[in-house]
Amino acid sequence: MMTNPTGRLTQGQFSFLPDLSDEEIRQQIEYGLGKGYAWSVEYTDDPHPRNTYWEMFGMPMFDLRDAAGVMQELDGCRKTFPSHYIRLLAFDSTRGVESIAMSFIVNRPQVEPGFGLIRQEWHNRTIRYTVYPYAAVEPEGERY
Amino acid sequence: MYNLSGTAAGATHPSPQADPPDLSKARTVAEILAPSQVEQVLAELDRDLVGLLPVKARIRDIAALLVIDKLRTNCGLQAQVPSLHMCFTGNPGTGKTTLAMRMAEILHRLGYVRKGHLVAVTRDDLVGQYIGHTAPKTKEVLKKAMGGVLFIDEAYYLYRPENERDYGQEAIEILLQVMENQRDDLVVILAGYKDRMDTFFQSNPGMSSRIAHHLDFPDYGVDELLLIADRMLADQHYRFGEGAREVFNAYLQRRLEQPRFANARSIRNALERARLRQASRLFAQRERVLTAGDLSTLEAADFSASRVFQQPGAV
Repeated sequence: MMTNPTGRLTQGQFSFLPDLSDEEIRQQIEYGLGKGYAWSVEYTDDPHPRNTYWEMFGMPMFDLRDAAGVMQELDGCRKTFPSHYIRLLAFDSTRGVESIAMSFIVNRPQVEPGFGLIRQEWHNRTIRYTVYPYAAVEPEGERY
Repeated sequence: MYNLSGTAAGATHPSPQADPPDLSKARTVAEILAPSQVEQVLAELDRDLVGLLPVKARIRDIAALLVIDKLRTNCGLQAQVPSLHMCFTGNPGTGKTTLAMRMAEILHRLGYVRKGHLVAVTRDDLVGQYIGHTAPKTKEVLKKAMGGVLFIDEAYYLYRPENERDYGQEAIEILLQVMENQRDDLVVILAGYKDRMDTFFQSNPGMSSRIAHHLDFPDYGVDELLLIADRMLADQHYRFGEGAREVFNAYLQRRLEQPRFANARSIRNALERARLRQASRLFAQRERVLTAGDLSTLEAADFSASRVFQQPGAV
């Protein structure tokens, strides 16, 4: 499978590693909180690499001091969307940075079928390529 | 949500953010006390807070219990997280908020809360204004308080019996759930006046039974109030002039008999007004060279000009 060598979606940090345990996730959150980042939880069932903006699960969490609050929100999201992709984002609000500093997947579907390759014949025997997630063939909410 | 001095990151106390020391190997009380520096906090408590003897004794008891519990856990005797939620009742200005901040630190030093910060909230921060607003609001506050202490000032306002559609009940339910299920994540301290808290607990028995420690803050006596005034003045680099302390004593005697006396807070306000009078007294003397002594002395006249003295026999 050329487009899906590991059988897993690889986006963001740690995605080539085995899934992080809850304790490891907690430690990452603590690290981010120590840096003053604001954590937020996002989910999607469309793993296309160009699908940049996932759905927000609740508000971004500013002014937190302990990872327990983020973990609670993550647990809530896992309960609601057990077989969606869920990721944690850390927003760095430092003036001049103001963007995402960390992002990693914390929940994935049981089976990840990967991506299909589409070859499009163009003029002068040119071929144009694009990928699509097999899962995205199904309508939203019924993909995994 | 208001920030209390000392709760902001890195203020007042050396390192409220530092990780609590590892106490899992300790076998004696001393081994727990030495690295956690609980003794210092308790000593500070004794030194910095005037009076409040029953409260201080209770805090010592709680601290002792926590230390012994740590030792028990280390011996593998019991792993149950103790219920640390508290209720502070007392009249205004008796030091409830101040003590809550100290409590957060003691719990942090002993490793019962992970971060040791204090989030002080009132009804407005928890209860929303329309349907569906309350739950996210309360949860957000709870998330902020995780790893520390949630201090709910005037907690009885959460419950409004006269309005059965009041959203306060929703906040109470969420609070109860977290107090029960996430005892190791945060400690809740409720504060308020004694009689109204009693009514509050009567109508919310679930809340009362989840709070292990009910601490009642007694009113200060005149002597204690004078000591408090001394410390407040010393902190601001002021001092009583000749005879001023006696006049202030007389002022207190009269003020105590009047309604709406708010203990330490009233003292602060009285001193504030004395500073005003001192300022205008010095302001009037245009040509006088003012020394540091002049500028930091509150004279008897600054106190005797008080309204309390001008209404003899006023109740």
